Amino acid sequence: MSLLSIQGLSLAIGSYDILHDVSLDVAPGEIVAVTGESGSGKSMTALATIGLLPAAARTTGRITLEGQDLLSLSEGQMCSLRGARIGMVFQEPMTALNPVRTIGDQVAETILQHEAVSRAEALDRARAMLNRVGLPEDRFPLSRYPHELSGGQRQRVVIAMAIALRPALLIADEPTTALDVTTQARILDLLKELTQDFGMGLMMITHDLAVVAGMADRIVVMQQGRVVETGPTMHLFQHMQHPYTRALFAASAHQVNLPPAPPAAPLLQVRDVVRSYPRPRRRLFGPRPVMHAVDGVSFTLHRGERLGLVGESGCGKSTLTRALLGLEPVQAGEILLDGAPVWAGNHPNLEVRRKMQVVFQDPYGSFNPRHRVRRLITEPFHLLADPPQGEARTARIAEALTAVGLNPADADRFIHEFSGGQRQRIAIARALINDPALIVFDEAVSALDVSVRAQCLDLLADLCRARPLSYLFISHDLSVVRTITDRVMVMQAGKIVEQGPTEQVFTDPQHPYTRALLAAAPTLPDIKKKTANAP
Amino acid sequence: MRLPRSLLLGALLTALFLGGAALSFVWTPYDIELLSIPDRLQAPGWTHWLGTDQLGRDILSMIMMGARTSIAVALLAVGIGMGLGIPLGLTAAARRGSLLDEVIMRGNDLIFAFPSLVIAILITAVFGAGAMNAIIAIGIFNIPVFARLTRGAALSFWSRDFILAARVAGKSSARISVEHILPNIANLMIVQGTIQFSLGILAEAALSYIGLGAQPPTASWGRMLADAQTLASIAPHVALVPGLAIVLMVLGLNLMGDGLRDLLDPRIRVDRT
Amino acid sequence: MIRYTIGRVTSLFLSLVVASMVIFAVVEVVPGDPAAYMLGVNARPDTIAALRTELGLDMSAPERYLSWTSGMLRGDFGTSYTYRTPVTQMILDRIVVSLPLAILALGLTVLIAFPAGIYAASRRGKLGDMGVMGATQLGVAVPNFWFAMILVLIFAVKLRWVSAGGFPGWGHGILPGLKALILPAIALALPQAAILARVMRSSLLDMLGEDFIRTARAKGLTRRQALWRHAVRNALIPVLTIIGLQFSFLLAGGIVIEQIFFLPGLGRLIFQAISARDLIVVESVVMLLVALVIIVNFAVDLAYAAVDPRLRVRA
Repeated sequence: MSLLSIQGLSLAIGSYDILHDVSLDVAPGEIVAVTGESGSGKSMTALATIGLLPAAARTTGRITLEGQDLLSLSEGQMCSLRGARIGMVFQEPMTALNPVRTIGDQVAETILQHEAVSRAEALDRARAMLNRVGLPEDRFPLSRYPHELSGGQRQRVVIAMAIALRPALLIADEPTTALDVTTQARILDLLKELTQDFGMGLMMITHDLAVVAGMADRIVVMQQGRVVETGPTMHLFQHMQHPYTRALFAASAHQVNLPPAPPAAPLLQVRDVVRSYPRPRRRLFGPRPVMHAVDGVSFTLHRGERLGLVGESGCGKSTLTRALLGLEPVQAGEILLDGAPVWAGNHPNLEVRRKMQVVFQDPYGSFNPRHRVRRLITEPFHLLADPPQGEARTARIAEALTAVGLNPADADRFIHEFSGGQRQRIAIARALINDPALIVFDEAVSALDVSVRAQCLDLLADLCRARPLSYLFISHDLSVVRTITDRVMVMQAGKIVEQGPTEQVFTDPQHPYTRALLAAAPTLPDIKKKTANAP
Repeated sequence: MRLPRSLLLGALLTALFLGGAALSFVWTPYDIELLSIPDRLQAPGWTHWLGTDQLGRDILSMIMMGARTSIAVALLAVGIGMGLGIPLGLTAAARRGSLLDEVIMRGNDLIFAFPSLVIAILITAVFGAGAMNAIIAIGIFNIPVFARLTRGAALSFWSRDFILAARVAGKSSARISVEHILPNIANLMIVQGTIQFSLGILAEAALSYIGLGAQPPTASWGRMLADAQTLASIAPHVALVPGLAIVLMVLGLNLMGDGLRDLLDPRIRVDRT
Repeated sequence: MIRYTIGRVTSLFLSLVVASMVIFAVVEVVPGDPAAYMLGVNARPDTIAALRTELGLDMSAPERYLSWTSGMLRGDFGTSYTYRTPVTQMILDRIVVSLPLAILALGLTVLIAFPAGIYAASRRGKLGDMGVMGATQLGVAVPNFWFAMILVLIFAVKLRWVSAGGFPGWGHGILPGLKALILPAIALALPQAAILARVMRSSLLDMLGEDFIRTARAKGLTRRQALWRHAVRNALIPVLTIIGLQFSFLLAGGIVIEQIFFLPGLGRLIFQAISARDLIVVESVVMLLVALVIIVNFAVDLAYAAVDPRLRVRA
């Protein structure tokens, strides 16, 4: 018997149809993954189930939990189910907790809301639940505030809140997307364990097929508000029927062929670079402790080489990037491009800067919304002593846009007229326009859907074939780095702990941290790689 | 694009007073320097639409002349606040965390401790009364308002990637502030400017009411109310009319500010969909 | 927490020092010769010389500043030139009117604004919200002194519920004193309450859009419970800033309102001092007002830490 049964669910907000005829089931103790790209309607399905849709949403169909039709319940009745029979975990742990109330208070609230118990008893049970999710009393007393915890720890608190009353159904909406890969692995393990121990049904919303593969009993694939395919995990991966499922899988496992790198000739030399920040004093008149964000980093990037840099948040890769780009001075060591320092005396060296460009992560924040593409992509001309004018300028703009697969006529449009993937192409065009010696890709494909990401990776490979492109590719996504780089560096706590040819590092990691990272990274089932590469 | 209703109403009210003030330069129904004691304290009617005051002057004409004072003082005060506050805020944001930032922000806090009235008292005590005092006093108080707002808004842009891209393109902080940040915060400044304009009208009225602002013979709404105070029980219109003029002008500006914010700020518009 | 408090105390002290320097500079240095200024153009040279000696003008400016501030620290604000009485006593006589008026008005402001703002936010977009928003839009536009005139006209002149002004003093008990202050306090409070109610509403609406409200709703809290238990306290953080600012408006506004109700407060003192060119009194009263504003904002800073645990740094 199924625990949750969604039948023919359709949802519209105003004149926008969000969901069409969605049906899926979750059995007790079963993990069902609902997957798809942005706009597929997977999160809306989750919100409809727990009854937290925007006020303007109109639904038809049936959502049955333990035999009760949720859509026909009053708001009051839904309130008594939420938290008691259905729990929910959200994507963003940093903002999911009330910053001004203690964690004990917030977990106990779930219990007090539904059961007539004393506050002391509720706190006792909250304590037990926090212990259960891996937040032991000695390090995480109930009196802690959310800001004193890391992202992974906060997500554990949210999970404790959601399962405090052992609900029949737990909904997890991208619960690990905002977390580092090692933290993600631990949270996924915890969710799996809890599902088994409590006999809950888990409806897991995620865009990441690799996470799905390692976790779910059954998969529901959604595209533009419709369920396109559903089935037991392994069976579905082996017999994908719908073209969208196949495309999604192929894009997730996408690999590119880079042309061979030219013989080694140093382009960027980084020697013993240190960048540290003073931290607030621990005691009133004590010394200010120093945090070494980048701690003695040395490496060389050769001309025509594609170098990767991986590491988790806070490892110092952003600080290193800013230092490489000459946006901030370093305290020790030197950074040379073509033998010239990026920071000369008290000023960034403009000679060097004009040979470097960067592509950022966020396709929405990377452009001044008030300027046209023409002006946006020619901003690096500011670095040139004699920037091209008139015809020459127009030609350069057309050339850059064509190189990234856009139309020269796009120069006259505003940035909001483009999709996320197109914006990243424009960002690459901006990086190419000065024909720089080195491009830094700072998580440049991390915010994109898998299919768009695959196209962007293809574009990079094409560019590498068309011109000698040297780049530093910074990412937390190991599978992307593996395919798009020749050599890779692993960074942890401000230090490069391992570097070497990409395939070698991935197949035969030497440093324990590299091994931990690789072990934690979710992977797609092997069998499918063959089919994905087949066509 | 559909214009917010509050914007239309606000713009209409504001235009009414701006128009009246502009018209007063060429024409008023009566000469306000002409005293006519027999006609004094007449209730509103056909000859004097808004009645006459204790000296027989036409109140409508005085309201028109008073609008000039109010608008001039409030506008100049906004000009001082924007002219000094925005560059200070941009500088503080561009040099965030530096000593300069700290000095600017602490300076702002300090000015907040001096309400306009207190500044006006100090200036008047030392230099004597006048409309200029009101402009300076209100203007000084506007500086930290704009400086803080500018700094806060600019900071949110300094962390954006497109600013980093401009830095990678070798542009200086000053250039980035003017080229990238200023246009992006302009809407916010226009909205706040409208609000400060309305607050300026209120502050000017209060200052001239207690005699620290415009001095006779300059007409001003605050002075009209001060003169009306002892007459309010026998001729309520002398107190009601200037007060209502202030209320309507301020209401108009506030409605216009709210409407402009709805129209210009895409974030809020997204919120409402 | 201790570090935060020490930081705030340091900032309080610095603000007071800099503010006193500014006031001293404007009053005693900018005019050139304060003695000549105070006595006017027709004064005889020997009178001016006498006053110069009395004011200690033979001392250098830094010396005078030090003697002024150290005097204030001892509670000695000098002697009024026109009244020949200690300024400290004059201020004490008046502040027992002005300060209670400002505090009463602040209390009323909060008492009106909080329920109105919370109500409007909880009824967002509905008739109740629109009613509150319309009323506050009007309230924000009303000058407090004009509102005071209207109140006097209605409640004192027409209805004769209260006297049109004056102050019986606190000697006859608390109630008669409060009764004399209630109308002025309402006149001061209503426009400020309109502002605060709008701030409260928009701050609450911001909070209601936060992720943690959705988390609370997922626990089974109703909309109303989520608002009260999770949004209100977070919404207080920006509201506190405005309350701090409003105190300075209420204090300054009180000086104006005192004129309408014939209250013997600091306002009357300072206007008499201005017309008599009694710079000593002006300087002291202004310093007192500014110091009060700074101290209230210091209290607001401490209140932040009580509301927001992120400001209390754990040792």
